Amino acid sequence: MNLSPDQIIFWQMSVVKLNATIVFTWIVMLLLVVGSILITRKLSQDLQRSRWQNLLEVVVINISKQIEEVGLSHPHKYLGFLGSLFLFIAISAIGTVIPGFEPPTGSLSSSVALALCVFVAVPMFGIEEQGWRGYLASYTKPTVIMLPFNFISEVSRTLALAVRLFGNMMSGVMIIGILLSITPFLFPIVMTLLGLLTGIIQAYIFFILATVYIAAATRIQQPERELALDHSATTQEHDTKPGAQQ
Amino acid sequence: MDSITIIAMVSIITAGFTITFGVIGPSLGEGKAVATALSSLAQQPDASATITRTLFVGLAMIESTAIYCFVVAMILLFANPFWNYVINQAAGI
Repeated sequence: MNLSPDQIIFWQMSVVKLNATIVFTWIVMLLLVVGSILITRKLSQDLQRSRWQNLLEVVVINISKQIEEVGLSHPHKYLGFLGSLFLFIAISAIGTVIPGFEPPTGSLSSSVALALCVFVAVPMFGIEEQGWRGYLASYTKPTVIMLPFNFISEVSRTLALAVRLFGNMMSGVMIIGILLSITPFLFPIVMTLLGLLTGIIQAYIFFILATVYIAAATRIQQPERELALDHSATTQEHDTKPGAQQ
Repeated sequence: MDSITIIAMVSIITAGFTITFGVIGPSLGEGKAVATALSSLAQQPDASATITRTLFVGLAMIESTAIYCFVVAMILLFANPFWNYVINQAAGI
């Protein structure tokens, strides 16, 4: 019983190995890219639109709404990265319905790669929003003593992202494999359903956690007094506006 | 008992204990989290979207420690480096 799709090798040439993880990653990429290109070739703005365009609109708008709810005010900047994360993990989880498909996220290498992408993206977005000094200052935010702890927490939450995704995907595949040899017919189907549910939930969790980390990194740290002054200024505007309209 | 037997025995017993004791804590924590979420849903049904989303994120964080224990148990059983080393030594001889 193999612990991960890394061990199924399709083709090998001295050092370069083409294993199942890479092949299934390519298949998911092909599906997403070619599907999107085909659907967005003729976009229409009026009420008559194809059902595939409707589907894509539902997906993109809901992802965008989720990003906004977490606290990122311009979701279109982060939609590409975060949406791709969610769609890749979700499609590779749903694909387990197809017999013979091994989810590429069931291999530790894929999960660590995705977690490393988040690890790199968080400082990138943070520096883009706050500038070098502002972002690096956020590491010393409560006090300077917290500097090593903040750094350690960055590393450990990346590791937690990777292991959480890998563990959930691998356990789903392994339980189905074990059950197929013990009680075929009904129970593996129930476990496949459970695997689908946990796969979608893990995709959502990965996406929401990445969003929360980016939101924490890009939140502009304003001192308290400026915030209070802003509030009082805007409430004064609100008070005078209805009077002006009359 | 030679080292092969000892390694196999200890690995299997430890794997069993790891997964047994590892899932006690997260299960209790998740039960408490869901209970609190249900009572707050009963008090404020309008906030159900936020409560549900926060519940799922919290459950995933709690679940991850159980997943760590599961991964360690799997490694002990199926990808045990000490077992592989000892088997290679025995095959070499």
